[in-house]
Amino acid sequence: MNRLQRFLRRTWQDFYLVLIMVFLYAPIATMMVLSFNSSKSRTQWGGFTLRWYQDMFASRNITAALHNTLLIAFLSALIATVIGVAACIAINSMKTVPRAIVMGITNIPMLNADIVTGISLMLAFIAFGISLGFQTILIAHITFNIPYVILSVMPKLKQTSRSTYEAAMDLGAGPVYAFFKVVFPDILPGVLSGFLLAFTMSLDDFIITHFTKGAGINTLSTLIYSEVRRGIRPSMYALSTVIFITVLALLLFTNFAPRKRAEK
Amino acid sequence: MSKKLLAAPYLIWMVGFIIIPLALIVYYGLTGRDGAFTFANVVSITTPEHVKALWLSLWLSLISTLICLVLAYPLAMILRNRGVGRGSFIVFIFILPMWMNFLLRTMAWQTLLEKNGVINGILSLLRLPSQSLINTAGAIILGMVYNFLPFMVLPIYNVLCKIDDDTINAARDLGANSVQTLLRIWFPLSVPGVISGITMVFVPALTTFVISNLLGGSKILLIGNVIEQEFTRGSNWHLGSGLSLVLMVFILFSMAVIAKYDKNGEGSAF
Amino acid sequence: MKKNVMVCGMAAALAVSLAGCKGMALDGPANGGGTSAAGEGKEASDELYVYNWGEYIDEDVITQFEEETGIRVVYDLFETNEEMYPIIEAGAVTYDVVCPSDYMIQKMVENDLLAEVNFDNVPNISQIDPAYMEMSKAFDPENKYSVPYCWGTVGILYNTKRLEELGVAPPTKWADLWDEKLSGEILMQDSVRDAFMVALKKDGFSMNSTDAEELGQARQALIDQKPLVQAYVIDQVRDKMIGGEAAVGVIYSGEMLYIQEEVANLGLDYTLEYVLPAEGTNLWLDCWVIPKNAKNKENAEKWMDFLCRPEIAKANFEYITYPTPNKGAFDLLDEELKNNKSIFPDTDSLVNCEVFTYLGDEVDSIYNDLWKEVKSN
Repeated sequence: MNRLQRFLRRTWQDFYLVLIMVFLYAPIATMMVLSFNSSKSRTQWGGFTLRWYQDMFASRNITAALHNTLLIAFLSALIATVIGVAACIAINSMKTVPRAIVMGITNIPMLNADIVTGISLMLAFIAFGISLGFQTILIAHITFNIPYVILSVMPKLKQTSRSTYEAAMDLGAGPVYAFFKVVFPDILPGVLSGFLLAFTMSLDDFIITHFTKGAGINTLSTLIYSEVRRGIRPSMYALSTVIFITVLALLLFTNFAPRKRAEK
Repeated sequence: MSKKLLAAPYLIWMVGFIIIPLALIVYYGLTGRDGAFTFANVVSITTPEHVKALWLSLWLSLISTLICLVLAYPLAMILRNRGVGRGSFIVFIFILPMWMNFLLRTMAWQTLLEKNGVINGILSLLRLPSQSLINTAGAIILGMVYNFLPFMVLPIYNVLCKIDDDTINAARDLGANSVQTLLRIWFPLSVPGVISGITMVFVPALTTFVISNLLGGSKILLIGNVIEQEFTRGSNWHLGSGLSLVLMVFILFSMAVIAKYDKNGEGSAF
Repeated sequence: MKKNVMVCGMAAALAVSLAGCKGMALDGPANGGGTSAAGEGKEASDELYVYNWGEYIDEDVITQFEEETGIRVVYDLFETNEEMYPIIEAGAVTYDVVCPSDYMIQKMVENDLLAEVNFDNVPNISQIDPAYMEMSKAFDPENKYSVPYCWGTVGILYNTKRLEELGVAPPTKWADLWDEKLSGEILMQDSVRDAFMVALKKDGFSMNSTDAEELGQARQALIDQKPLVQAYVIDQVRDKMIGGEAAVGVIYSGEMLYIQEEVANLGLDYTLEYVLPAEGTNLWLDCWVIPKNAKNKENAEKWMDFLCRPEIAKANFEYITYPTPNKGAFDLLDEELKNNKSIFPDTDSLVNCEVFTYLGDEVDSIYNDLWKEVKSN
């Protein structure tokens, strides 16, 4: 009886997992299948083709958007990390009240709706007379990335002990040297995860980019949006497939390949 | 002290790109086109069409949050009880779609739901009448649930993982049945995760304009669409800012309320 | 907020990002060409910022222009006049040459956003049929600001097979778009003036109406029609009609030729026909103009002149298939095309047609409010 019950429960759970999995993956699988369909119709199979992939790689817009997306993600994450780490050190040595104020403001871009952040930045760029374009997307991305860096670095910085830093100074190290030799190694995991967090946030953003982008520049997100608004082309399915496979491969690789090293 | 100097770049950045932009929204929101001070933009949230849009947004995002919760909780329970590690393959499967571009995921549903889309194609193969699925409130809810489901699963799963098996066993030993353990142990202990899941689904769903544009055929106007269109088409930035202001206050207020229930921040994943 | 989730997936993020960086190092120099430089190097005058409608130029024409002049074109798209205007007005991006429609040009002229074109630099303006220069006087009284590019009408595109299935006769007038049998089969334009044009014309009013009662009636008509409408779309009409998504759609005349060719190419079992509604419609003319804040005005004039060249205008016409006001290009066309009435309608069939005029900011915002009421209903 008990065993039967457990079996039933287990089956029911498996069924539920499969159900959700189908829900999550059916749309993606559909796009993958359609990306090889030589007919533009979504209901008829016109034969296997790689034409949409050729279209995609030949398209100047798509490769340019990919390039912009990666460049902006990298630069914004890097700059945000530098500014954020510096800010953390300073905030850590602040008194309670100014510190609370700074941290409060830091939280705003994270809590606020993306649409409001995007619009407010657009208004500011126009007020400052900065022409919308690559640089404004970059600034906007740095802005929403800094809080993520601060939030990942702050806890690590609090854990470091002040005395080792002071000991290093007593032994004749300059403050910069002491920082990089003593403090930095301790907060490195936080810095790294802040950087990566910032990088992925930037990759994924659409709404803020939508409001702060300018002439002739697209990230993948804004490109897809404007394409879809004009009608879905099969080359978009090809793009989806390529992105999905890339993400899958990368995640598999980092999650499961270096397991041994991580366990050590 | 030189440490203070390190804050300078960030403080300048903060003033330039967080405070001034918000101040500009406040400024635009509280002035008319003639530049005179007015509450008209903010008050315009009470006009019938704005109330309708806001109400619809609240309603749709509420429903999708609930659906997400109902789907995610059992899922998180099962995943946790399988005792699989956090980095395990099965957990990985359920968060993987999150890493796909959000617009591509929405586009996928457009492909499925359209009149000549995949679902209707399958229906007609089965000789069933075709359905109009796209451009309805249901399609928008579906899009929201699909896009935001992982945002609900993860925090709940993380909180559940922190609950010690011993706690559960203790409850069992003391004679609690499964329903009682669920209600007395699992639920109360997972509240922080549920709350952070709710906020992570509710806020983006409430303010979206992309999902309603792509899956709603521009027939359904949400508050996000109203604001976006004031900026991109209506060219009344004052009105758009006024409405953004209302939305912002609304969100920050609900965050503050939620923060009260989640004081120790257990909902976060670390 | 988002932090939590993102942190959860941190392990995963690691993967994406590391690989991203790696990919970058490889990709960067290779693709780094002229893509990311949009905001840099402003002082050089070898650039041209073009702002145009989607699918409204043959991309080879851009390449040819770049090769011939050595000017690098930064090309950007807008979907509606209404969307383009605030960008130019705010100077958020400084475009050098833009392609709005008639009434929007008038609005830009009245609000002092346009620079006068130096026609000495645009000798090919002589290729434009004088009739269209005359027509553009409606919004640019002295022909100072604009160079005509394309013109056309707005009509109804219908799917013959689908209508047969539904048992509906082919539409001949706007009022047919209120037929209950077409429920869920109608595609309307998602832009305020076009949508109101349909409703106003249906009841025999001017599409430039400022009369509160007429506008109220139009609003009500659009609200009544809404349950029948499948979607409000802009550029998507084309693909949706080709894909057989809907039975009827409101569409710009120029899309016709492309659509019919595409339907033939795909070997579909239905045909799409275009009809000019009996109540009259919108006769429109899109022109190139130069915003006042343009940084490369001379390049913009070179652009205008280039596009007025008969063989270029012809190449463009063949790609975008919107009727061209370019006499030189028209003369180069095949007889068959010249006589295609759905592309180049006879002027006598255009009796009830009007050209949009700019109605002033106040009326504009009335239209916007009414449209919002329709959409939120």
